[in-house]
Amino acid sequence: MTELQAARAADSLSAPRLEAGSKRLRYLDLLVALAAFAVLALLPLVSDSKALLDFVIRCSAYGLFATSLNLLVGYTGMISFGHGMFFGLGAYGYGLIMQRIGVPIPLAFLATLAITAVVATIIGAICVRLKEIYFAFVTLAFQMLIHSTILSWSSFTGGDQGLRGGIPRPPFLGIDLSNHVHLYLASCVLLVLGLLAMRQIAASPFGYTLRMIRDNPMRASFIGIDVWRAKLTVFVLAALFASTGGMVMALFVSGAYPEFAYWTISGEGIFINMLGGVATFLGPMVGTVLLLILNDTVTRFTEYHGIVLGVVILFFAIGLRKGLMDFVVEWYTQRRDRASGQG
Amino acid sequence: MDAWTFARPSSARRNGNDTLDLDALASCFTSSACLVTQTTSGLIIGMLLFLVAVGLTLIFGVLKVVNFSHGAFYMFGAYFAMTSYQLTGSFALAMLCGAAGTAILGLIFERVFMSRVYGADVLMQLLVCYAFVLIFDDVVRLIWGPEFRSMGMPTAFQVVPLFIAGGVVPPYYLLLIGVALAAAIVLGVGLARTRIGKVIRAAAYNPSMVSALGINTGLIYGGVFAIGGLLAGLAGALAAPVRSLTPGMGFSVLIESFIVTVIGGMGSILGALIGALLLGLIRSFGSLGFPLFTEGLMYLFMVIVLVSRPSGLFGKEVA
Repeated sequence: MTELQAARAADSLSAPRLEAGSKRLRYLDLLVALAAFAVLALLPLVSDSKALLDFVIRCSAYGLFATSLNLLVGYTGMISFGHGMFFGLGAYGYGLIMQRIGVPIPLAFLATLAITAVVATIIGAICVRLKEIYFAFVTLAFQMLIHSTILSWSSFTGGDQGLRGGIPRPPFLGIDLSNHVHLYLASCVLLVLGLLAMRQIAASPFGYTLRMIRDNPMRASFIGIDVWRAKLTVFVLAALFASTGGMVMALFVSGAYPEFAYWTISGEGIFINMLGGVATFLGPMVGTVLLLILNDTVTRFTEYHGIVLGVVILFFAIGLRKGLMDFVVEWYTQRRDRASGQG
Repeated sequence: MDAWTFARPSSARRNGNDTLDLDALASCFTSSACLVTQTTSGLIIGMLLFLVAVGLTLIFGVLKVVNFSHGAFYMFGAYFAMTSYQLTGSFALAMLCGAAGTAILGLIFERVFMSRVYGADVLMQLLVCYAFVLIFDDVVRLIWGPEFRSMGMPTAFQVVPLFIAGGVVPPYYLLLIGVALAAAIVLGVGLARTRIGKVIRAAAYNPSMVSALGINTGLIYGGVFAIGGLLAGLAGALAAPVRSLTPGMGFSVLIESFIVTVIGGMGSILGALIGALLLGLIRSFGSLGFPLFTEGLMYLFMVIVLVSRPSGLFGKEVA
């Protein structure tokens, strides 16, 4: 058994304890979410640094994307190498609807989610019956297929130039997203709500079904779980959150570019998950912040940031053999166990 | 991101938005000259892809590792060949340097880094490779600079091209196809008939039994990586005279060799050959009919194969 799987096994062992206090835990989640949002909302009052707010907006976009990928990778054990296609789809879908039709922003949002759901259901229905490395490849192929479609259908998508000329941001309900602080608050709301929703999914009976499918799919199907349907459901759900991340990104840069749908986005998502850790819910979020800080500081000091980034990845993959949060949690449990053993 | 420029004769007259140019494709099938030109360019792409993909499939077959950094070996092969050609002026030596250099690189890569993540999660292996994709690209940028470089056609091949049925075929293309075919045959016969080949196949089947018989499996794993590196480096060296060299050139090749291995079936050498040739032909003829959607065509083909036969055309059934 690998260490990662061991960590996951430990995670599922602690399930009954979690289940017993699940109601209390959900209130706790809500409280944490509210507190997090309060801190984020106070940020513009404390600091008027535009760069800091920009950083948080980018964290929201990538954080939603990476956490949704963790629903697949960490919870269900489906290593998708094409999850970025939904990030791109969200950005392009939202941008195109706003540019071409010009409906109110919330409507465009919902429409994009609907489109994503349809596309994800079709692609997922084809992909999820494949296992492990084949699943990774076929998702990668779909990602590249969408990327090439974006590149070649230039009359509709702008080709390799992307959606340019800005995406209109008409005000709605007194919210004006062309105002930087409003945009910042909106992406914080989306981030917190998205994380809360994913947390609910992960802590629900369905979430535990997913863990069971990850650990032993055959047993899951023996006790009457429709594995294919559960996998498809989580595939579509994860796609919706990734698409939301893409929309936040499109709102932020006021455009959509083919890179959003390129496979490197998926690669970064996997990397973020690994960096932060897949055994805790907030691991990917920690990974997102780490990667963005790393990217920003390294690019400031050297143009060869690939080398630095590569060495950091190697440190995590070969040195720690797990993500930061997994490492911290394990270290903490060991310490606590040792303390209680002595006492 | 597209390094296969020389295989696109139609791209010169590409104008604006025509993603569909079926007339060009149809008219090509009626002219033997066009047919010969497109087929040879398809074969070139296919053969180079085969050399990269077969290493990938061999490494997967024996080590059960998907070597995501295989494209870097191709890139290093090309750069090694260019530098040694500029230093010595000998084309044969350039090929040798390209192949041997990457073989050593592959050996070191496997022994020092990859060997630490065997048995770990697939995710870990992918990450180590991903790290090296980033590192290798930057190393090349550091040593050879970020700009496009070219090796130039060796003087021995700067001769009048051959005309076969009206189609133009540069002699270098024939050499390229010949060398790649020879490598394929040596590899195939070596695996099927020699003692080392037998040991490698046994290690793929049951490594613990092989090591119980007193054979150093670590050495075999390193050796397989070295062979994979050698083939990819050879492909890079062969491609160096006809392609422009740039950091990151390995990547598009890597993605395409993945498609090849997936289409052909992971671990199957014959599958890699057929898959590579199919893909080469799709590329060269697809660039006539669908100038902008050539890449999409390949991914579409891959999706179709994966959906109808998840284990690839020549792969064993997936459990």
